[in-house]
Amino acid sequence: MHELSIALSIVEMATEEAARLGVRVNAIHLKLGALSGVVKDALLFSYDLATEGTALTGSRLIIEEVPAVVYCPACDANRVIDSVQNFRCSVCNAPASQIVGGKELEVAALEIRE
Amino acid sequence: MTTQPRLVEVRQKVLKQNDLLARALRERFHQAGVYVISLVSSPGSGKTMFLERTLSHLRERHAVAALVGDLATENDAARLARSRAAVRQITTGTVCHLEAAMVERALDGWDLESLDFLFIENVGNLVCPSSYDLGENLRLVLMSVTEGEDKPLKYPTIFNTADAAVITKIDLARAVEFDTNAAKDSIERVRPGMRVFEVSAKTGEGLEQCMSHLEAGLARLRREEISREAAG
Repeated sequence: MHELSIALSIVEMATEEAARLGVRVNAIHLKLGALSGVVKDALLFSYDLATEGTALTGSRLIIEEVPAVVYCPACDANRVIDSVQNFRCSVCNAPASQIVGGKELEVAALEIRE
Repeated sequence: MTTQPRLVEVRQKVLKQNDLLARALRERFHQAGVYVISLVSSPGSGKTMFLERTLSHLRERHAVAALVGDLATENDAARLARSRAAVRQITTGTVCHLEAAMVERALDGWDLESLDFLFIENVGNLVCPSSYDLGENLRLVLMSVTEGEDKPLKYPTIFNTADAAVITKIDLARAVEFDTNAAKDSIERVRPGMRVFEVSAKTGEGLEQCMSHLEAGLARLRREEISREAAG
């Protein structure tokens, strides 16, 4: 499980940004892709541990899940795939291996108080 | 006075540091003309045995070296030293995966220019290593015939970050009633078009095709190097 080290990186990133802006953080908005290799529940659990005793204690981690999107060469279009166990176009069912979305692991925004 | 909370946009990748370092490593490997292959698999799938045979095989024609990641012991490095290739152990402690920074530290003092191939054996784990780029040219995911044909469906992300798959211990396939086609179908579902090798490190079956694939990778890298130099 590497979610704790990911959570620590998120906290460190948010702490630096908050210090730079001179604000307090209420919540962190995170984009989490279906192909990021990070498990949402494990990350949420780790977040509370990672913030303990820091300036972010009591803050929330708000996770926006991003689906896996592939490029379908047959349709010449990007398609959301229904399952990461099946990399096929959801419309024409052709195999599609080129990933165009879903790897996100990104701090999108901070909800702050001045 | 209390103020209303407001949102400030950040848009920063959590693994930005690792990504940047991996990119720098990739450039460094490229400059040195060394083809870098990382191995990922679950514990016990035969990574070390596969690597031992691979190193012995490639050593006949190429300069090879390996970095091996493990949680606690240095047994793997000792085993691989038998191939007489240069081997270094990265002991990660409690960390369940390798990161670019660990690779960079482990390379300290090594003359990359003198190498043709560098192997990086990740910690046995099919989950965590998928998030970390190590600057490698090729990521091989290994699964053994004793693991079950649906392993790729259970761990799609790691198969998705890999460039080729190796089904190991193929000499045991019949004994454990392993359905090779079903396994290949599973791989195809999570990573359409990915090359799959069937190998027995013990008997040497299938090893030649796999080695040719690695040598083709090295040749490609060298050609790119030449055309880059020509372009100035």
